[in-house]
Amino acid sequence: MGLATFKGGIHPYEGKELSENKPVQMLLPKGELVYPMSQHIGAPATPLVAKGDKVLAGQKIGEASGFISANVICSVSGTVKAIEPRRVASGAMVNSIIVENDGEYQTVEGLGADRDPAKLSKQEIRDIVKEAGIVGLGGAGFPTHVKLSPKDENAIEYILVNGAECEPYLTSDYRLMIEEPEKIVGGLKVILQLFDKAKGVIGIENNKPEAIKKLRELVKDEPRIEVCELLTKYPQGGERSLINAITGRKVNSSMLPADAGCIVDNIDTVISVYMAVCKTTPLMRRIVTVTGDAIANPINFNVKIGTNFQELVEAAGGFKTEPEKLIAGGPMMGMALFTTDIPVTKTNSALLCMTRDEVAANEETPCIRCGKCVSVCPSHIVPVKMMKAALKGDCDAFVKVNGMECMECGSCTYVCPAKRPLTQAFKEMRKTVAANRRKKA
Amino acid sequence: MSKLLNVSSSPHVRSQETTQSIMTDVVIAMLPATAFGVFQFGFHALMVLAATILACVLSEYAYEKIMDKPITIYDMSAVVTGMILALNMPADIPVWMPALGGVFAIIVVKQLYGGLGQNFMNPALAARCFLLISFAGKMSTFKLDGWSGATPLAVLKTGGQVDVAAMFVGKIPGTIGEVSVIALLIGAAYLVFKKVISLRIPVTYILTVAVFVFIFGKQDLNFVLAHICGGGLIFGAFFMATDYVTSPITPKGQIVFGILLGVLTGLFRLFGGSAEGVSYAIIISNMLVPLIEKYTLPVAFGKEGKKA
Repeated sequence: MGLATFKGGIHPYEGKELSENKPVQMLLPKGELVYPMSQHIGAPATPLVAKGDKVLAGQKIGEASGFISANVICSVSGTVKAIEPRRVASGAMVNSIIVENDGEYQTVEGLGADRDPAKLSKQEIRDIVKEAGIVGLGGAGFPTHVKLSPKDENAIEYILVNGAECEPYLTSDYRLMIEEPEKIVGGLKVILQLFDKAKGVIGIENNKPEAIKKLRELVKDEPRIEVCELLTKYPQGGERSLINAITGRKVNSSMLPADAGCIVDNIDTVISVYMAVCKTTPLMRRIVTVTGDAIANPINFNVKIGTNFQELVEAAGGFKTEPEKLIAGGPMMGMALFTTDIPVTKTNSALLCMTRDEVAANEETPCIRCGKCVSVCPSHIVPVKMMKAALKGDCDAFVKVNGMECMECGSCTYVCPAKRPLTQAFKEMRKTVAANRRKKA
Repeated sequence: MSKLLNVSSSPHVRSQETTQSIMTDVVIAMLPATAFGVFQFGFHALMVLAATILACVLSEYAYEKIMDKPITIYDMSAVVTGMILALNMPADIPVWMPALGGVFAIIVVKQLYGGLGQNFMNPALAARCFLLISFAGKMSTFKLDGWSGATPLAVLKTGGQVDVAAMFVGKIPGTIGEVSVIALLIGAAYLVFKKVISLRIPVTYILTVAVFVFIFGKQDLNFVLAHICGGGLIFGAFFMATDYVTSPITPKGQIVFGILLGVLTGLFRLFGGSAEGVSYAIIISNMLVPLIEKYTLPVAFGKEGKKA
């Protein structure tokens, strides 16, 4: 298969060399752990424990409170210290369960036991995934059991495993592909068990030849699974770009991937499915890349969910130079932090520490209509026109120029020679339009 | 940690390219043609160049100072305007004329309409046309080696023969920057290489002119090549028609724009009163850009075949 790709996109500095050759290191938390009840898209979970309760690793402490919601699992053993609002990466205060770690990591009974997926029914697998609190670990945090329960399971033709990792600096998925490829294939096989008509495709950008080689080797005898080499280009790992590159199908903002016969799951999500179904281990950990030019020893950590980011910074040797900007996630779509005193949640793939803030260093100048934003937009829309509507706050005009098709990937803002805050304005507009629509509905 | 960190909405990285770097690239790309012009037409060409650039930069500075606006002369766009204007001048013109043109380009065409990015016509070309109308005689007297001569296209118009090889090198009478095709192509290659311009507009423009003069002029290779190399078509196609502000931003629109330019240029050259038509073709097409864009918007991803 040739190099699959999509139309548009950019080639930012990758920065992956900082951490791509650092094996994943287990990081045990020292202080308290914070479990926000909303680490996913959908309704927040309801706490199942009260202050003073003893909890065990693997215990469900937050219960999904609707169809689109997810359980929250405790990742250590200890005592519930408080249930109160705490700050998360987005800056919002979210109701959270705070657990004092006793350092013993006692687990619930049966945790880690081997289980043969072949003996499980489709519904049992879905229930296990739901119980395990698994959500999309690529960043969006959409509950995985919902994704795995489409209206018509026979309409699903592709299970796409997203190994593009197109965000600069991030190497957590890459390390998993190198270190635990069997679990990826194992998890994908479990998911394929749910969809009789589907074929599994693992999409990996061609800047990770080692990962492609390893996974190709592993799936060479798997009739239903193949590895697709993707051209390295941002935002190749965007759901719509990935579907387009691998299947040639197109998904717009009013469609779900399932409408195009596809389900897309991130590498770490698929591993979590494997762990939950085959190893009776719910989602308690994730891989976090701690990197950037301000950090002393860039590294990939296997982190207990709920660990404070400050502990990650310290474990990576602290800052070698004073950072000017900290980002939870990658530089293109991550969230800027003003403090490291926040917990790692299911969707935090990285902590990027930069000595220089490129946004603050650049001044906005008038648009010169160079059209570069138009040529890089993966949604094939016209950021210039969206910006005109956004500056006037004109929602109707914004929708008319297809503003709602924007996936907020930031490519236009990256290339803009006039350094205009395009994506930032679009986010505001999209929120306003969505809120107005809800009001009308 | 006590120190507050910078917080902003994603994305958090930016490309190296700035308006200033793009404009500087355009200046660099015009240097070969400028050097050739000065070499061929002598010191006075350099004076014309200095006059237009100074006029453009100073008038931009003065206007912004008086109007209490941010000073934007460092973005290099006024230098580009001045340079394009100079390259569109006959070398022997009294320097106050191009200087007046520079002031007109910046104040009337650019600043009065809102400054960089807001002008609906290429400022340098609008200024050239203003000078052509105001000082027709001086603006169309071209000398080479001390002799006044007709430009190749004027010769063709009266049924004469021209030497295409000389046109390619630039050994012909004409404006300072338009004469040497080879020098212009070197600069154009630089712009394409640096991804400042795409080939969509220049290539469709030049091809359309070639087809047009082939069909409606003479079915003769020499004739077609003369039309491609002469009359500032190469200069106009690569350096003026591609001006970001006054050309369509949509890829399809750029193709339409190129074809429109080619047809208009062909019409003016073969059926108009003057032998040349690049300048007028470009400024007329500039005014049609909003309309072209309106009908060439790309179809949003995944919305093909559906109503937006």
